[in-house]
Amino acid sequence: MRYLLTACLLLAGFFAFSQDDLLKELEESTPKTNDLTLATFSGTRIVNGHSVETRNRNVLEFIITHRFGTINSGAYEAFGLDNSVVRLGLEYGITDRLMVGIGRTSSDKTFDYFAKYKVLRQSETMPVTLTAFGSAAYLGLKNEELNELSTPDKMAYTTQLLIARKLSSRISLQLSPSYLYRPVVNQDTTVNNLISLGMGGRFKITKSFALVLEYYLRLNDHSDSPYNDAIGVGLEFETGGHVFQLVFTNSQGMVERQFMAETTGDFFDGDIHFGFNITRAFQLGRKK
Amino acid sequence: MALEGTAQKLVAEKSVITFFSDALIEDIKATNSKTSSIFNKQTGELAFSVPIREFQFIKKLMQEHFNEKYMESDKYPKATFSGKILNLDASQSALQQVKATGKLTLHGVTREVEITGTALSGDKIILKSKFKVKLEEYNIKVPQIVFQNIAEEVEVTVDITYKPQ
Repeated sequence: MRYLLTACLLLAGFFAFSQDDLLKELEESTPKTNDLTLATFSGTRIVNGHSVETRNRNVLEFIITHRFGTINSGAYEAFGLDNSVVRLGLEYGITDRLMVGIGRTSSDKTFDYFAKYKVLRQSETMPVTLTAFGSAAYLGLKNEELNELSTPDKMAYTTQLLIARKLSSRISLQLSPSYLYRPVVNQDTTVNNLISLGMGGRFKITKSFALVLEYYLRLNDHSDSPYNDAIGVGLEFETGGHVFQLVFTNSQGMVERQFMAETTGDFFDGDIHFGFNITRAFQLGRKK
Repeated sequence: MALEGTAQKLVAEKSVITFFSDALIEDIKATNSKTSSIFNKQTGELAFSVPIREFQFIKKLMQEHFNEKYMESDKYPKATFSGKILNLDASQSALQQVKATGKLTLHGVTREVEITGTALSGDKIILKSKFKVKLEEYNIKVPQIVFQNIAEEVEVTVDITYKPQ
């Protein structure tokens, strides 16, 4: 009886071994895949600036970004709640790599549009995702000073190279060399051709909850510039089809020219605007 | 002996694995046609390897969440099965009810399972099965999200056509 049991065990062991062998053979015969890295960032924005992410083909995203006044404006202004700026945007993925968007911001009645394209996508053989970004913004505000400008002079153009790497499932980092061109500026305080370096990151705390940080360093602004570098800190929640970000930033503007070049608040002096970025994605059509 | 062994081995020529989840707001369905499999019709030994990233959803965003949040496919890129079909008579050409036992590895968790299905033998062998997977048993945590309620059990359908290697 004992022998029989031993024999059975041996046999079972043999079968287990040979079954695993078959699996091993299978694994060896399947070619290695080079999967693209998914979701370096949850949303198309880190805080104020764009992330490397684009929306996939046929995805239409409605994005509401919103900044209150500064928290240190006191109880009379309800700590900033009385004074808010909103951008409404519609953004669409033409292909899985190319995306376009339009938006309208209440500050300076600015109308903006952009396109971004994923040139490189991180995978096992590609270390980074590189996205090219271009945008234009038009100052729609009418006042005596602005009415004297022609339409081209009211534009601002931004070009960015967004370079990001998802280091692990928790940490993603991005560098964003940026060039902003404004045809008409006050030559005593700022420059027409502003170069800045954006830096950003996402740190996941749980699968759906993350901390996001962003800093835009101006590299060649006028030495008498009254402006500050834009700093943003946010908490991000992601659920199916939505990204919610609660942000704290010294820039009330959400368009590139506004946060890259015209940030008036001093973050460390308490000129912090509380705000939200809220997105809702809709899948249009059917996948091919 | 070795030659004989090879002759008994069949490989997947066509494979379709789908999973279906009854959810509160919308049903979730995904299809995978990139599964590889080997079946030894003499011994009944069977192995599967399913690349998780190849599950195609209609909604790409859902596909991203499936990989990122539920399956963690960067850590666990494959689901595998390694086992044995117990009662297949390969000489019989009628549809047979069969049972397989073995180890199912999903999301890094391996469990002994028993799966029933059908087999149709000829030059090619077609194996079909439908079974349920409890997410909790494989340590797949579904975040309690306001907008998306995912069932705790998903239905998996397997349909594979084997041809001689």
